[in-house]
Amino acid sequence: MTIKGKAYVVGAFEHPDRVIPDRSVAQIHAENTAGVLADAGLKLSDVDALFVVGGGGMLPISMADYLGLTNLKYVDGTAVGGSSPVYHIGHAAAAIAEGKCSVALVTLANRPRSESAPRSVSQSPEGSFELVYGSSTLGMYALAAQRHMYEYGTTGEQLAWVKVAASEHAQYNPHALLKKPVTVEDVLNSPMLSDPLHRLDSCVVTDGGGAVIIASPEVARQISRPRVKILGHGEAPKHSNNGHIDLTYTGARWSGPRAFEEAGCSPGDIDYASIYDSFTITVVETIEDLGFCEKGKGGAFVADGGLRARGGRLPVNTDGGGLCNNHPGMGGMMKILEGVRQVRGEAAPEVQVKDLELALVHGTGGSLGTRMASATLILGVEDA
Amino acid sequence: MTTVSESEKVLPAPAPFVLPEVKPFWDGTAEGKLLLARCLEDRTLIWYPRPFCPTCASTQVEWVPASGRGTVYSYTVNRRGVADLPAYREAGVYVLAYVELEEGPRMMTNIVDCDPDSVRIGQKVELVFHDTGQGSALPRFRPAAA
Repeated sequence: MTIKGKAYVVGAFEHPDRVIPDRSVAQIHAENTAGVLADAGLKLSDVDALFVVGGGGMLPISMADYLGLTNLKYVDGTAVGGSSPVYHIGHAAAAIAEGKCSVALVTLANRPRSESAPRSVSQSPEGSFELVYGSSTLGMYALAAQRHMYEYGTTGEQLAWVKVAASEHAQYNPHALLKKPVTVEDVLNSPMLSDPLHRLDSCVVTDGGGAVIIASPEVARQISRPRVKILGHGEAPKHSNNGHIDLTYTGARWSGPRAFEEAGCSPGDIDYASIYDSFTITVVETIEDLGFCEKGKGGAFVADGGLRARGGRLPVNTDGGGLCNNHPGMGGMMKILEGVRQVRGEAAPEVQVKDLELALVHGTGGSLGTRMASATLILGVEDA
Repeated sequence: MTTVSESEKVLPAPAPFVLPEVKPFWDGTAEGKLLLARCLEDRTLIWYPRPFCPTCASTQVEWVPASGRGTVYSYTVNRRGVADLPAYREAGVYVLAYVELEEGPRMMTNIVDCDPDSVRIGQKVELVFHDTGQGSALPRFRPAAA
């Protein structure tokens, strides 16, 4: 069985706020829901499947209750960090292709900017072998960057270009947290936080979220918005592999080929890519693993404006990405949303890719430094 | 008012959460031993410690001491990063690293007793223990004696 052409993105909504001190995560989910239903022109009662991440407790049923969804035939609360929504799209498309449901609401909400929670040494089996050493999200990505530099000669200047392209795109996004373009020098001169990563190698931390609606072809035909067809999806966890961790590659090495095979296309066919950008190194390793360039040549690929919407080798993260626009702890939804805008032809005019047929979305949850959940999604226009 | 210089700041040694099946490992650290779980069926070395073999699914392991010698696989000098554990918020500059043990496994750890800026990938290091004060000690590494 394949999901190719059997499900569509029929609604998309990015929460416009970046700092939300006065509402709960549940309420952000609710605002996402109102926004995405309005975009699709659907009613709450049309929703028969719920995919949700962000918030505590028994999330899918808690949010089903909050939203008052009474026709649910399918729920999924897969929680694998930032890539969770990209997992959800694949799972929703498969459920729709199998006839289990026909209108799936997929929503992400989180408030890490207003509600940062310090961690303790937890009962997770690995925690006592990592957290006790002062590990952090930043530090673990820094370990990956350092090893990538050692093995492949990647430089801080090359990493900085990822941020530069994102910042140039963000100036055209009125909702972006950081709208000011920066230079390579700005990145390299920003404080060194954890060698070799600077402050400007790191994503923003925002409150917020977003939602999409995935629906069957029959439902999609009744929607007035431009068609966004789901063509392929692949997912793959990567972990420490019994003490043989390799920090130079990501799970995209496996999720990418699975998605390309299902979609029947190759990296050279992709017109636009949303690449998870928790840190600059995340983009460089992922681009290599997805096959946009040879392994180890990601630094050269992104350098000198390689990711710019205009004149780049591959237009990437034209909303400004997690580095500049929006990263509410989990940014996979934002990656999907800009992919959908590009396919619809609704990205900011300055960064809209002309004559686009195929877009790729890639999510990375967890950490490049320990264990991660990678997911790749390929979207296309109706005739793709 | 006195200020504490970077070199005088002490790296914290927070206590691990000792899961019952991994108690032999942590008991070993209190005695100055880095014990590796080894599968009794196919002899696979297991890291991080747990009584389950990812190669053959056996739950029968023995605990064998590591030599304590290794090389730096990767490292980062944490200058202003925010560690997940509050205990590290005032730790100053420290080195987070993966050390590849002579026996093969790569373990997360710290490189200590040296100038953080002198640490390099491939550097030879040796084991030290920092007492947590709660019946266990953290295995860390320092540059190997020449």
